[in-house]
Amino acid sequence: MQLTSSLFKRNVRHKLVDASLQHNMKRFGGRFSQARAIAMLEVDNLEAIRTAAAAIRDRSLAHLDSYLMAFEERAMACGTQVHWAETAQDVNRILIDIARAHHVKKIVKSKSMVSEESGLNEAVAAAGMAAIETDLGEYILQLAEEPPSHIIAPAIHKSVEEVAQLFSEKHHTTLQTDIPALCREAREQLRPHFLSADMGISGGNFLIAETGSVVIVTNEGNGRMVTTLPRVHVAITGIEKVLPTLNDFSTVLRLLTRSATGQSITNYVSVLTGPRRDHDRDGPEHSHVILVDSGRSRLLGSELQLALRCIRCGACMNHCPVYQNIGGHAYGWVYPGPIGAVLTPSYVGLENALDLPQASTLCGACQVVCPVKIPLPELMRVLREKSFRLGLRPWHERWAIRAWRFAADHPRLYGWMTRLAVRLLHRMGGKEGLLHRLPGLDGWTDGRDMPAPSGRTFRDRYRETRP
Amino acid sequence: MQVGLFVTCLVDMMRPRIGFSTLKLLEQAGCVVVVPPDQTCCGQPGFNSGDRESGRAMARRFLRTFESFDYVVAPSGSCTGMIRCHYSQLFPEDPALQQRLDALSARTFELTDFLANVLKVERLDSPYRGTITYHDSCSGLRELGVKTQPRRLLARIPGVHLKEMSQPELCCGFGGTFSIKLGEIATRMADNKCHDALDTQADAIVGGDLGCLLNIEGRLRRLGDRRTRVLHVAEVLAGPEPEQD
Repeated sequence: MQLTSSLFKRNVRHKLVDASLQHNMKRFGGRFSQARAIAMLEVDNLEAIRTAAAAIRDRSLAHLDSYLMAFEERAMACGTQVHWAETAQDVNRILIDIARAHHVKKIVKSKSMVSEESGLNEAVAAAGMAAIETDLGEYILQLAEEPPSHIIAPAIHKSVEEVAQLFSEKHHTTLQTDIPALCREAREQLRPHFLSADMGISGGNFLIAETGSVVIVTNEGNGRMVTTLPRVHVAITGIEKVLPTLNDFSTVLRLLTRSATGQSITNYVSVLTGPRRDHDRDGPEHSHVILVDSGRSRLLGSELQLALRCIRCGACMNHCPVYQNIGGHAYGWVYPGPIGAVLTPSYVGLENALDLPQASTLCGACQVVCPVKIPLPELMRVLREKSFRLGLRPWHERWAIRAWRFAADHPRLYGWMTRLAVRLLHRMGGKEGLLHRLPGLDGWTDGRDMPAPSGRTFRDRYRETRP
Repeated sequence: MQVGLFVTCLVDMMRPRIGFSTLKLLEQAGCVVVVPPDQTCCGQPGFNSGDRESGRAMARRFLRTFESFDYVVAPSGSCTGMIRCHYSQLFPEDPALQQRLDALSARTFELTDFLANVLKVERLDSPYRGTITYHDSCSGLRELGVKTQPRRLLARIPGVHLKEMSQPELCCGFGGTFSIKLGEIATRMADNKCHDALDTQADAIVGGDLGCLLNIEGRLRRLGDRRTRVLHVAEVLAGPEPEQD
C-alpha cells in the first residue's frame, strides 16, 4: 500500500473538510463501541480473561521462535507448505512463485491486512494474474480503487449511497440502495469468480502451534469459499500471530469477536489444518502458509514488543476520538488508529511516519478497551521519546520544550517569566478577556480563542494575601 | 494534617482563582495548607512530548518541594496523573530515589478525590446556583478513577443541578501540546464536546482540569458563545471568591 503517513497533517486537513467522510464517520460513530460494551456484559470475568489473554500473547511472543518452529513442523506434517517471508517484497515474490508453480490464472482473496502491507494485489496483477477481493468491504474498495480505512470494517468510510452508485457504475446495473439487494448483487458478481479461481488467498487471525492450523474468524462466508473451493489455498499472516494451543485460542476468541464487532461469536470460525485429505469432502489440493516478518522481529525485545500482542480487533480505533474524526486513510498506511500510530512507524520507519505517535491526546480510551491490554499511550510516548532523542521533531518544538524545562527547574526565573507573560497576555486580551491570535500558537488560535489570564499569577497574589 | 497545595502551572498563570478556591475548600475542611513557593510544573508537557528529562527534572523538584507534607493536593487530574502514574518509572537506576518518590506519589491526590475519599467532606456551603454539565477529563478519569467524586461533592450543593451530556467521558481534544501540534483535530474534538455540552442547556460546563476547560472555553467563544460559563469544579464547590483580579 502506498505510504502517505509523512503527509499526515495534509491528509487530516483534507479529511476534516470531506463532507461525505464526516457524515459517514458520524453515522458509524459509536456503533461498534456500543455493541462492544453490551457484548462484554455477557462476560462476567472480563478482567480475568483480559489478563489471561495478555499472558497468552506474552507467552507466545516470549518463545516465538519455538512456537513458530513447532507450527511449521506440525503444519508440514499435515501437508501444508510453510514459507518464510522476511520482507514485504518477499511476500509478493513467494506468492507469485507458488501461483506460477500451480499454473494459476485467477485468484480469489478473503480479507488480509498483511497482504496490504506488501501491495500484493498490484504485484499479482503485474505478474499477469487477477486477484479478486471477496470480502464485501474489500470488494467495494477494489472497485473504487481505494485502500481500506479500518482493519475489520475496511469500507466504513463509505455510505450505502456511495456503494450503490459504485456498483451501478462498475456492474452496469440499475441503481439500488437496499442493502440486502446490494449484497445479493455483489454475491452474484463474485460467484463465478469463486467457481473459476485456481487459488484462494486468505489472511490468518491466528496460527496454532500445537496443531499446525491456520484460524480465520469471519462473518461473510467468503472466507470458507476462498479456503476450500480453489485448488490452492495460501494463507498469509504475520509471524506474531502464533498461539501455543487451541485452548489458548478459545480464550482469545472470547475477546476478539466481542471487542471487534460486539458479537459473542462470528458467523464462521474456521480452523484450517492442511490440504484436503482422502476422506474430506472439500478443501484445497494444496495448502501453503506464508509467515511474514516484515519488521515484526525488530520489535521483539524492544520497548515496543507489547504492540505485537495485538489481535487486530479494531477496538482501539473504534474508541479513538482522533480516528473517529479523521477516518483511517489519514494515517496513510495499512493500520490506522492508535495501534497504527505504533505499528506504522515501527514497520515503515519513524522518519516516514513522524506525526503518527503525536496523533493522540493520550486520552487512554484505547488502552481501556484493548482486549490484550496493550498500553498504547505508553507505546506512543516511547516513539515520541525516540523522535525527540533523534532530533526528528521541528527545532522550535524541541527548543520550546527545553526552555520550559529549564525555566521550570529555576523557580525564580520561572516566577519572573510567568509574571511577565501573564501581564502581557492579560493586556492583549483586552476587555473581552480573549486572545484571538497568539504568535507561534497558531495551532491553537486558528480554531479557538485563548481565554486571557487575569493578569497576575497565583504565586504573586498568594504572597500578598498571606504574608 | 498538613497539606501541600500543588497549584499547577496552568492554574498559577491562567486562572489563579481556582487556586484560591482550592485553598478555601481545603482549609474549610480543616487542613493546614501550605503553598511552597518553589513549585512550578509537574513536567508533563515535556514528558508527553518525548523529553523524558523534563519528567525527571520536575520529579526531583517535586520531591524536594513536597516531601515534608502529609498530603499533596492538586486541582488537576492530569498533573496528579503524571505524578501518580508516571513518576514511578523515571528512576530505574536509582531505587532509593524512586522509592521516596513513590511514597510521595501515593500521598498525592486530585482535589475532588481528596475531598470525597480522604477528607470525606460532607458539608459544602457554596451558594452556587445553576444547571451545570460535567466533563470528565481523561487523565483523572482513566488514570485516577475520578468519576463519582466530583459528582458526589456537587450533589451536596443545593443550588447545583447536574445535567449529564451524552458523552461526558469523550476527550475534549486538549491533550497538552497536542492542542497546538494538531490544532485542527483538537478544534474539531472541542467542537464536538461543546455541542454535546450545549445540548444539555446547562449554563455552565464544569470540569476538573484547566487545560480541558481552556480548550472548551476557547472553542465556545470562537463559536460566538459568550454566555455559557466554563468553570473549574473547585470554583463551583467553593463558591464565588471576592474578585481579586
